[in-house]
Amino acid sequence: MGPLIPNEIIPVEWNFVLAILIGMAFGYIMEASGFSSSRKLVGVFYGYDFAVLKVFLTACLVSLIGLSYMNYLNWVDLDQLFVQPTYLWAALIGGVIMGVGFLAGGFCPGTSLCAVGIGKIDGIAFTIGLFIGIMIFSELFEWIEPIYEDYNLGHVTLDETIGISREIIIFVFTILAILAFAVSDRIRKRTKKIFY
Amino acid sequence: MKKAENQNRHIYWNPYFGGFLLGLLILFTFYITGRGLGASGALKSSVVTVVNQVSPEHSETNAYYSKFLKDSNSPMNNWLVFEALGVILGAFLSGALTGRIQWQTQHSPKITARRRLVFALIGGLLFGFGAQIARGCTSGAALSGISMMATAGFISMLTIFGTGYLVAYFFRKNWI
Repeated sequence: MGPLIPNEIIPVEWNFVLAILIGMAFGYIMEASGFSSSRKLVGVFYGYDFAVLKVFLTACLVSLIGLSYMNYLNWVDLDQLFVQPTYLWAALIGGVIMGVGFLAGGFCPGTSLCAVGIGKIDGIAFTIGLFIGIMIFSELFEWIEPIYEDYNLGHVTLDETIGISREIIIFVFTILAILAFAVSDRIRKRTKKIFY
Repeated sequence: MKKAENQNRHIYWNPYFGGFLLGLLILFTFYITGRGLGASGALKSSVVTVVNQVSPEHSETNAYYSKFLKDSNSPMNNWLVFEALGVILGAFLSGALTGRIQWQTQHSPKITARRRLVFALIGGLLFGFGAQIARGCTSGAALSGISMMATAGFISMLTIFGTGYLVAYFFRKNWI
């Protein structure tokens, strides 16, 4: 069965129509959850608003557990789905740079597009910054390439990397997420309220 | 508590509800297209297209741009670009239905709008740069990656949020 477009159950012409519709649902859900507000997003780092943590981890749990079930029920073949390659150094260095960018700018690329959608000028500034950052990266690519291509582990999943079964990882991840939800509520009660 | 509700003008969805719907959307996207959601890829395609329009010689000789220039196929003709346009439309729709659309620069009362915009630009620059090295941002690498249990997805999530907590102290004046 699935995935439907790669297996030509839905014709390829529908690809871009579905792309816009899926994007609209994505934007709608993020905006309605408050992700168009930078001060709400960074609240997770100062303990006054944990919406990012809750939305992010809930979505991860639903999709992790859901994909495993869909695989089990033969609705979708996990081997046909895209797993991004792990380039260890590139992922670590890129993640650190993105973390600093998140605290400086208050958005990530998806949420800044949301902010643009409702007319936030800081969202527009962030998006312009994204374009400049991508251009700088491209211009410096010859120097960055050794790091970019180094230590390629291939299209690996966590169960292959650490040698623990998929089910146990999902179970542990679920427990950790529930703990994080409980702890975040406690922290928020003790933190000074911020209004935005 | 009454006062708190009065001061926080924006009422958003319950985060667990939003997260649940987002999870279902990821499942749907994988089921239909075989790939997850993304955001930074669309911006990269736009940059490649613009540079290619302005200076085709430059984009063809640059080792990074040329990766994404497949002969007649324009990089704008890309799934993620349509998805990103949808994100802006969807956010506009949600904002329109709840009365949140407004030209504004949101910032802490302790800093000026100008400072906020400068930091937003710098932050965007860093995020754009970092997302290219890591081959994806919070949505493409972390969220969709974790859905597929990609090792890179977990690394991205931990490094982005971990670094965020490490540097949060230095940016506190901008936010609290």
